[in-house]
Amino acid sequence: MTKHELRGLTRRQLLSRSLAAAGSIAITGAGFVAAPNAAWAVEVKVITPAQMATLMQMARDIYPHDQVADSFYAVAVKGYDAEDRKALVEAGIAELDAAAKALGHADYVSIGWEEDRVKVLQSLETTAFFQTVRAGLVTGLYNQKDLWPIFGYEGESFSKGGYIERGFNDIDWL
Amino acid sequence: MATFDLNDDSVVVIIGTGAGGGVLANELAQKGVKVVALEAGGRYLPEDYINDEWDSFTQLAWLDARTTSGDWRVARDFSGLPAWIVKAVGGTTTHWAGASIRFQDHEWKALTTYGAVEGANLLDWPIDGAEMAPWYEKAETKLGVTRTGDRAGLPGNNNFKVFEKGALALGYKEVHTGRMAINSAEYDGRMACQQTGFCFQGCKWGAKWSAAYTDIPAGEATGNLEVRDRSHVARILHDDAGRVTGVEYFDKDGALQMQKARIVCVAGNSFESPRLLLNSASSMFPDGLANSSGMVGRNYMRHTTGSVYAIFDKPVKMWRGTTMAGIVQDEARHDPSRGFVGGYELETLSLGLPFMAAFLNPGGWGRSFTTALDHYQNMAGMWIVGEDMPQLKNGVTLSETKDQHGLPVANVHFDDHPNDIAMRNHATKQGVAIYEAVGATRAFPTPPYPSTHNLGTNRMSEKPQDGVVNKWGQTHDIANLFVSDGSQFTTGAAENPTLTIVALAIRQADHIAAEMSAGTI
Repeated sequence: MTKHELRGLTRRQLLSRSLAAAGSIAITGAGFVAAPNAAWAVEVKVITPAQMATLMQMARDIYPHDQVADSFYAVAVKGYDAEDRKALVEAGIAELDAAAKALGHADYVSIGWEEDRVKVLQSLETTAFFQTVRAGLVTGLYNQKDLWPIFGYEGESFSKGGYIERGFNDIDWL
Repeated sequence: MATFDLNDDSVVVIIGTGAGGGVLANELAQKGVKVVALEAGGRYLPEDYINDEWDSFTQLAWLDARTTSGDWRVARDFSGLPAWIVKAVGGTTTHWAGASIRFQDHEWKALTTYGAVEGANLLDWPIDGAEMAPWYEKAETKLGVTRTGDRAGLPGNNNFKVFEKGALALGYKEVHTGRMAINSAEYDGRMACQQTGFCFQGCKWGAKWSAAYTDIPAGEATGNLEVRDRSHVARILHDDAGRVTGVEYFDKDGALQMQKARIVCVAGNSFESPRLLLNSASSMFPDGLANSSGMVGRNYMRHTTGSVYAIFDKPVKMWRGTTMAGIVQDEARHDPSRGFVGGYELETLSLGLPFMAAFLNPGGWGRSFTTALDHYQNMAGMWIVGEDMPQLKNGVTLSETKDQHGLPVANVHFDDHPNDIAMRNHATKQGVAIYEAVGATRAFPTPPYPSTHNLGTNRMSEKPQDGVVNKWGQTHDIANLFVSDGSQFTTGAAENPTLTIVALAIRQADHIAAEMSAGTI
C-alpha cells in the first residue's frame, strides 16, 4: 500500500469515526459523500453531506434492489443538492428524523434494520416530501441506462437491427 | 405540396391528422377535394423516433394541460395525464400497437343485444356490420392488416409463446398473433417487421402503418392537401344561418389566424374534439356547437382495461419483438353468464424497465414492488381490452385550468360502471390463470394506464336527441360540420378502435365528396 493510498484510507476512517452514527451505505465528509470502498463519491454544494446520505438511504429503502450499487441511488437523488430544493430537503429530513425519534430511534439513518426504517417511511407516506422523493425516483433511478443491464433489460435495439435475428423467439423452456 | 389561402372558402378544414383526420384528409385529396389539415403537433418521421420510453414520450405525447376527476385510479396516479396519446402529425397512429380487429356484428347493436343496463346510457349504432364490411375491407387493405386478405400473420415472439401455451392449456381456441397493421412481409412500399420492440415509440422501420408516413404524404402528393403542423385550433366559427364558416387557430408562431372553410371536420380525439365544440360556444349556440342534444362531451368510454404481468422461474425477455402480436379472442363474446355484458380481448403487451417502474403499480414502493422488477427479464405480460359502458356522467367538460393559449382545457371525468369492474375482475382472473398454467410463480393485476382508447364523447345516433352526429359523422345540428374520430363511437365494442376509426373515415370521405359534388353541402 502506497503512502497516498494509506493516507486516503486513514482520512476515510477518520471521517467515518467522526460521525456518531454513520449509515451503512455511505461515509460523509466535508462537502462530499463517498462509498466506504471509495468506489464513488458525491460532492454536495448546497445541502449537507449528512442530508445527502439520508436521502440516499431513503432512496434505497423506497426502492431496494440489493444488486444495485449505491452509486445509482446517489445519481438518483443528486438533483436535491440545489438551492431550490434545499428548503424541501431540510424540512423533509427534519420530519423524517422526528418520525424516527417518535418510534424510539436516534435518527433515520442510524436505524439498523430496513424493516424498521420502512415503518418510519410508512408513517410519512402521505407527506409531500415522501411523495416527491418517491415519484422522482421512478425516473431518477429506473431511467438510468447503466442500470438497465442489471435487470437484463436491453434498451434500444433499432441500431442492432431489432431482434429478428437476435432471439425474439428464443425461449427454450416452455 | 399545396398551399391554400386563408380566405379560400372552398376548402375542407380537418382538425387533427390521426387515424380519423389523417385518413380522411388523404381520401378526400385523392378524390380531388381541396383540404387544409390543421395539426396541433409537430412532424416526426421514422428517422426521428426514439427507442427510449421516456425520451419518446417527451417527443410525441400530448403533454398540454388536462385535468381529471372521478373514481378511476388514473385520476389519482396521473391526475394531469388522463390519456397516453400523441400530439404530432399522424396523431396516435405513431404510438398505437397496430391491433386491427373488426367489431363483432352484435356490438353495433349494444342496446338491443344487452338490453338496458342500469346506470349505462347504451344505444344502438345507426349502422351495422353488413354496412361496414366493405369499408373494413378497404381499411384492412390500406393498413395491410395481417391475417386479412392474403397477408400472413406475424411470427410469435417470446411473450406470445408463453401467452399461447397458457391460453391453449386453459382450453382457449382463438389464440394467434393477431390481425396487425404491422407488415409480416414487405407491403405498400414499407418493409417487414424486424421484431425490434418499441412499437409504442413510433416504428423506426415504418413496418407498422401510421398516417404520418403513409396517408399524409400520399395526400400531399396529390397537390390537394396542405398540412399545417403546430397549428392549434381555438374555435370553430359560424354565420347567422348557423353554418360553420371557418376556424381560428394559433399558428406555429403563436399568432391567431383564421382559415375559411366550406366544411369543417373535427378529428382531435375524444378529449380535444368535444373541448373544441364546447370552446366554440356563441350567442347562437351557448352550450357549444352541435350540442342541442347536450351530448357533446358525454358518454366517454376508455375500454375496460388492465394488465396482467407474471414472473416465471426462467427468462422470457418479453420486450423483444412486436409488442402486441398476440391475442385470445374467446372471451370477446357476449355471454352474460360470466356476470357482465359485452366481452373482452386479451392481448400480449410489454413495457420496458423504465415504464414498468412507472406503471406496474403506480405509487407502489418497498420490496413487494422492487422484487417484481428484480425479475423483469423473467416477466411476461398481457393487456385486457373490453367493452365499457357509456355513462352520461363520464366525459369531457371545460376545466378552470387554461392552456398555453389561454383556452380552457378538458377535464376528463370517469367513474367505473359495475359492469366494467365485473369484466375487469373476470379478465384479470383469466389472465392470471393463463400464466399459472405455464408455471408462473407470481402474478400482478396491474391497474389501467392513462387511456389510449378514448371514445364516445360526440356519439353517433339515429335520433338527434340521443347523440351529436348521424350515421355519416355529420353533426345533427350543422350540415357542414363533421366529426371524424373515435369520439363518434356510440358504444366501444371489445376491439381496439383504430381499424374502425379508419373504416369510418374512408366511408365518410366517400360521403362528403359525393355530397359536395351534388352541391348539398
